[in-house]
Amino acid sequence: MSLNARTLNEEEFFYGHKACAGCGGSLAVRIALKVLGERSIAVLPAGCMSAVGFNFPQLCFGNNAIISTFAGTASMLTGIEAGLRARGETNYHAVGFAGDGGTADIGIQALSGAIDRNDDILYICYDNEAYMNTGIQKSSLTPFGARTTTTPAGKNIRGNLRPKKNMFEIVAAHGIPYAATASIGYLNDFIAKVEKASKIRGTKYIHIIAPCPTGWGIATDETVEVARQVVDCGLWYLAEYENGNFTLTHQPKQLADPADYLKRQARFRHLTEEDIELIRQSRDLKWEQIRKNYKNIQEEKQP
Amino acid sequence: MKPYLREHIPQAFSEIPDTTSYEAGYLVSKNAGWRSVRPVIDTDRCVGCLQCYLHCPDGVIFRKDGKVAIDYDFCKGCGICLKECRPGAIRMEAEK
Repeated sequence: MSLNARTLNEEEFFYGHKACAGCGGSLAVRIALKVLGERSIAVLPAGCMSAVGFNFPQLCFGNNAIISTFAGTASMLTGIEAGLRARGETNYHAVGFAGDGGTADIGIQALSGAIDRNDDILYICYDNEAYMNTGIQKSSLTPFGARTTTTPAGKNIRGNLRPKKNMFEIVAAHGIPYAATASIGYLNDFIAKVEKASKIRGTKYIHIIAPCPTGWGIATDETVEVARQVVDCGLWYLAEYENGNFTLTHQPKQLADPADYLKRQARFRHLTEEDIELIRQSRDLKWEQIRKNYKNIQEEKQP
Repeated sequence: MKPYLREHIPQAFSEIPDTTSYEAGYLVSKNAGWRSVRPVIDTDRCVGCLQCYLHCPDGVIFRKDGKVAIDYDFCKGCGICLKECRPGAIRMEAEK
């Protein structure tokens, strides 16, 4: 049986950090470390979690943790894992926590190399859909229409023009032993995936959606709710990739209208009805592909 | 090991590491001053489902006697616990 709130390690390994109130990324890091335990070595590149976790002398990790170069999360994980193995250590986890920019833009080369070598590491990307730490700049995981400081919403251009890169499928295309998507709105699903990944040898990748109250323009108590809503409306999906197969781990009975999800966030407030229709269409297109290529999908019953 | 508050704050040059390593879990400041509202748990209504504990981004809610309690030194008052509490055992009170 997989872990849950009752059976999870009661120890805290990420505590007293200076993340904004209601931070989704810190929840993802906290829960992942509770699953992995004290014998995990965390690697954090430049990003929110390294900025809020290491303000000397306020050091908020209870396990071993180190800041890497921005581009080198995966390569440092490779080195740490090789070092531990050379010392004859057993029963450890080399885990990396990188943001969306540190994964999909700046760190993608090192990540791709680590997957190619199939190093025994776990790479977790907490995706808050922009460079939040430096003041909300667009990354390649910022979704279409989102307002950031580098993609402002004005008369002619309404936020980000480009769609969100599908990092999960890019990683899966390497033929990685295990990859998964998750959301902080569905923590039990995330816990099960981290637990599963911790038992697999080889490179593992988990991509978790972690809303940012500051960057998304939502209240501090809404992060978990919004992370649940993005899955329910189909703009994000919970899936796994293993042995060459894609599997959905959560199938919403009927996809909700994304308009409610979009309109509650300040970064999407400028969107017109046509923009929302575009988002709806791209979502439907994606779900058509998911229904075709992903396993374990129960066909929705016609109403 | 849970990071915990230390009495000693390194200040002199000689106490600051000249390498990149230092003791893990070394806390010297609280986050209590960040919040304007504080969550208060009604232990009569609390059923011990632990959803607040699970969803707290700061991990400040801990188990106590089959129910939960809050470490107010590090709670930032985000209010996620209130939203996740189905029995309605948490209320927010203004900080004075």
